[in-house]
Amino acid sequence: MSVTLPPAVDLRAVHKAFGQVQAVRGVDLTIRSGEVLAFLGPNGAGKTSTIDLILGLSDPTAGEVDVYGMTPRHAVAKGLVSAVMQQGGLLKDITVAETVTYIANLFSETRPVDEVLERAGIASIADRMVEKCSGGEQQRLRFAMALLPDPELLILDEPTQGMDVAGRRDFWHAIRDDAARGRTVVFATHYLEEADAYADRIVLISHGRIVADGTPAEVKGLASGRTIRATLPGAQEASLRTMPGVDGVEVRGDTVLIHSSDTDAVARRLLNETAARDLEITARGLEEAFIALTGDDGPGSSPESSVAARRAAPSGAGDAP
Amino acid sequence: MGGFSVAVWRIEVRRLLRNRRTMIIAIAMPVIFFLTFGLNSSYATTAIGRGNVSAFVMISMALYGAVYATASRGATVSIERASGWSRQLRVTPLTPAAYISIKMLTALVLGAGSVVAVYVTGALTHKASMPLYLWIVTALCAWIGSLLFAALGLFMGYMLPAENVMQVIGLVLTVCSFLGGLFIPLSQFPIALQRVAAFTPLWGLNQLVHYPLVQGTLEWEWVLNLLVWLALLVAGAIWRFRRDTARV
Repeated sequence: MSVTLPPAVDLRAVHKAFGQVQAVRGVDLTIRSGEVLAFLGPNGAGKTSTIDLILGLSDPTAGEVDVYGMTPRHAVAKGLVSAVMQQGGLLKDITVAETVTYIANLFSETRPVDEVLERAGIASIADRMVEKCSGGEQQRLRFAMALLPDPELLILDEPTQGMDVAGRRDFWHAIRDDAARGRTVVFATHYLEEADAYADRIVLISHGRIVADGTPAEVKGLASGRTIRATLPGAQEASLRTMPGVDGVEVRGDTVLIHSSDTDAVARRLLNETAARDLEITARGLEEAFIALTGDDGPGSSPESSVAARRAAPSGAGDAP
Repeated sequence: MGGFSVAVWRIEVRRLLRNRRTMIIAIAMPVIFFLTFGLNSSYATTAIGRGNVSAFVMISMALYGAVYATASRGATVSIERASGWSRQLRVTPLTPAAYISIKMLTALVLGAGSVVAVYVTGALTHKASMPLYLWIVTALCAWIGSLLFAALGLFMGYMLPAENVMQVIGLVLTVCSFLGGLFIPLSQFPIALQRVAAFTPLWGLNQLVHYPLVQGTLEWEWVLNLLVWLALLVAGAIWRFRRDTARV
């Protein structure tokens, strides 16, 4: 019977436009039950727009969105899916316990208020006014609210934005404990370390499209290879580019940066056949993968992501000039 | 029940009671107006219907206070929108109708404060006179009728940003109160203005609330005016609530 269960989320050719702005441009995505999935991408990539579609907060311009085989609104009303929103979403003039009680009474059936406060680690501040809570405490309050319907799918939109390191660690500790019980978790983040550390599947989004989808290791591997940095006066970019295994070349004065999937071979040729010296070979991390895969100045890129792309250009997107 | 809950209403009332400033304004203002306009010895004891002018003014001011209270309470949804709370509510089974009902019933608590304050002032100043049952009937009518402006407050709260919704409500309320005949009897207006006034939202309600005191004929236009505005404003509030999922 469980074999035929519909996937947690099924997006088919989904588009979402706000006037002239194309926020989501053709996303196909199936999220299976039990996955901990990260939407990773720069600000303005379309992460929150995609989450809004899954939550039924907005309707797709084209394409279809199913959550547990039904419409998002229906799934929300049945308590199958709940969300921890980005910033805001709280009333300042009520207490922590009142906030949770408020939301609890909107559902026909929920976990007990005391239990979710306990699990979110805020039972000790239940009587505190929301406006007196720190950013981390407010975020754990949002988490407690999201736990109320005991949802199959929990969606977190930039959950740790604005939290300090300790707050972030505590928050993820609570989420991980929870996910260990089998809940499907989808979170959006632009923190690479978070996606790497806490997700078992990363979906990389850029300019409203999925540009990579896989385990953290696979996504890192998509932009694999290493970069050689060497001093080579009078380097000819065109001739370097013809070397076997070279994916990208950049000449900056006397310094050349060569991106390659086989840096050993390239290094050997550089040392044997050219005047190159001071060779350095560095591996690319998830950050480079992220930048390589998302860092173009295409339409719809936010100022921030363009800056990130420009700053990152030297380390070599595969398609760099 | 679509998320309608007495527990939620209780929390909303607690929020209301914590907001002292709104409460003081909603209660003090109509009382001051009554003391200013309702006790003037040149007309206060003049007979009208089953009572006197002072009682008539008391009813007007209680209604004014109640609609101010409910409208300003309704308008607090603009703050909830600004904080993203209404977005949060959209990921619960809460239906627009249930939410609007909770909000309107909360606004009624503040409206009751205004009505009671004005009527107590009226009793203590010994000028207003009408049979006891009319004190109760007119107070109830003004109170329940103020629901209309709870809907107006909600609608405006969804339409306008938190920073200026109260100014707009203040202006709309003043215009509606004049055209509704709450401050000056409509018979003193030019005919053309009286015609226009009949289409404004406080016109029907004001006539109906005074009817038990004034007597005479009950015009069906009053009821029609009230029902049409109530339907429009509730529908408007629900419509805006449904659309209100914008990010903050």
